[in-house]
Amino acid sequence: MRAPGGSQGGREAVAGDILLSVEDVSLSFGGVKAVSGVSFDIRKGEIRAIIGPNGAGKTSMLNVINGFYHPQQGRITFKGEARPRMRPHDAAHGGIARTFQNVALFRGMSALDNIMAGRTLKMNANFFWQMLRYGPAMREEVEHRHKVEEIIDFLKIQEIRRTPVGRLPYGLQKRVELGRALAMEPELLLLDEPMAGMNLEEKEDMSRYILDMNDYFGTTVALIEHDMGVVMDLSDRVVVLDHGIKIADGTPDEIKGNQAVIDAYLGVAH
Amino acid sequence: MDILYSIFIDPFAQMIGAPDLLVQTLWDGLVGGMLYALIALGFVLIFKASGVFNFAQGIMVVFAGLTLVGLYEAGVPAFIALALAIAVMYGLAFAVERVVLRPLVNQPDIILFMATFGITYFLIGFGEFVFGGDPKVMITDDLYLPKGSFNVKMLGGIVNFQRLDIVAVVVASIMVAALAVFFSKTRIGRALRAVADSHSAALSVGISLEQIWVIVWFAAGLVALVTGIFWGARSNVSFALEVIALKALPVLILGGFTSIPGAIVGGLIIGVGEKLAEFYWGPLVGGGTDAWFAYVIALVFLLFRPQGLFGEKIIERV
Ligand SMILES: Nc1ncnc2c1ncn2[C@@H]1O[C@H](COP(=O)(O)OP(=O)(O)OP(=O)(O)O)[C@@H](O)[C@H]1O
Ligand SMILES: [Mg+2]
Repeated sequence: MRAPGGSQGGREAVAGDILLSVEDVSLSFGGVKAVSGVSFDIRKGEIRAIIGPNGAGKTSMLNVINGFYHPQQGRITFKGEARPRMRPHDAAHGGIARTFQNVALFRGMSALDNIMAGRTLKMNANFFWQMLRYGPAMREEVEHRHKVEEIIDFLKIQEIRRTPVGRLPYGLQKRVELGRALAMEPELLLLDEPMAGMNLEEKEDMSRYILDMNDYFGTTVALIEHDMGVVMDLSDRVVVLDHGIKIADGTPDEIKGNQAVIDAYLGVAH
Repeated sequence: MDILYSIFIDPFAQMIGAPDLLVQTLWDGLVGGMLYALIALGFVLIFKASGVFNFAQGIMVVFAGLTLVGLYEAGVPAFIALALAIAVMYGLAFAVERVVLRPLVNQPDIILFMATFGITYFLIGFGEFVFGGDPKVMITDDLYLPKGSFNVKMLGGIVNFQRLDIVAVVVASIMVAALAVFFSKTRIGRALRAVADSHSAALSVGISLEQIWVIVWFAAGLVALVTGIFWGARSNVSFALEVIALKALPVLILGGFTSIPGAIVGGLIIGVGEKLAEFYWGPLVGGGTDAWFAYVIALVFLLFRPQGLFGEKIIERV
């Protein structure tokens, strides 16, 4: 799909079809304009970074995409279908998975059960069989456990699969959360700062997982990240928000040299 | 000195002196406590999954029992009436989700709490309108529930067991065990725990809150039906039964609002504590301890463990 290494500091753009497009979206909370008139698109198979200083509206943008928030204005088209008031359930059904900036796991459940929860929509034995834990429901459990074990191997978290996730260190929690999203076999994966608070080694691991699943499973990724090195290495294209407004959109190289982007970052203490 | 003696020495001397009476008291307390536990369990299910404190849980017990007996009196065979009562509890769960929860989603908890008052008065009004306001006799015979009692010789005396109580304990244990397996091992059970842990994460994996709410209200309705049958068999089925729901509050204080084991252990502690107090200390205060002693246990307990027996932190709502 792309040449390893790519152009200096980035990857070559992939020219897939448009998977998701955001058109003129605005979202405000009372008086606060979190997102104003933002448009961009995400192509099939690419890693699309969304960057910007704190409070730029990145997370709000993700929340709009997966239906947590409904924008007051503008529209989102996913797989060629405009979804005016898409609910999170519809987004998940359509193949959008996500992780959260502040890790949202099912704390009381084991890593395995958390990831199994990601299979919810893939499982459909009815209530009756489930009550009996018999027949189709049992077969289904076994089949999906299989898939989940594959993901656990992929993320190298075999030793912690029985541990209640609330007890895991932060870096591993983020990994379990990624596993849960992967278990949905999503077409579009939204990652909200998957590497925040990680050390260098953990960041490299996480980068590897993101690249691998993008390569092997063809998962399209929208990535919010503050670490510029990571953004430049991983992403095909970058959209930059500041104060809810899109200020730049382009390849990592274009973004690096963009004066408006440099100003936006300099204007904010980090 | 006499007072101190009769509070601190004499009751214990009696317990040791007549262990058979002690066992009898403990057993009676356990049976009552189990029914409190079931009511508390209904509360916990709903509170865990939706953050709603369901004031209507007590009335649901009466309503379920009333529906069962009412249908039977209208000529429906007992077991068909039972199946229909289950269907009615499902219908109720469905209606509550559609008419009450869905329109009020994201409203402050207090609004949802008030809405459950609405459900309570609706159920009372509707129940009386359809089935009449007179107390009804539970159809124990037609459901093949045993009658009478037997004595067991033990500890130098006799302990009396009601057959119905034994069946109640067995049925309740089976139901609780089935719920536990269901919650820990199935997709829907996992989804339920997921919703209890984090609404936003649950939504993100495609769990439908609406579906989960229907399921927990239905589960709470089933628990209410079982409670209604056994409680109704011990007294009568009437709206006066509602007062037993007041016992659920101390049970919840003891067990924590989000803990299923807490509800069960809490219920048993309150049930047993209450009976012991009534039997051994009741005469000192002229009886009537059952109206308030549960709250004393809960309050004393609150001083030492404000989060409850197995307390977890209160869940967040999106
Ligand atoms: N639920 C909400 N209610 C009110 N205001 C909100 C809410 N969510 C976000 N905001 C506001 O919207 C603006 C954008 O926030 P958002 O979380 O999208 O920024 P961000 O780019 O993700 O920032 P960060 O890098 O700090 O995560 C901020 O001013 C924030 O305070
Ligand atoms: Mg953010």
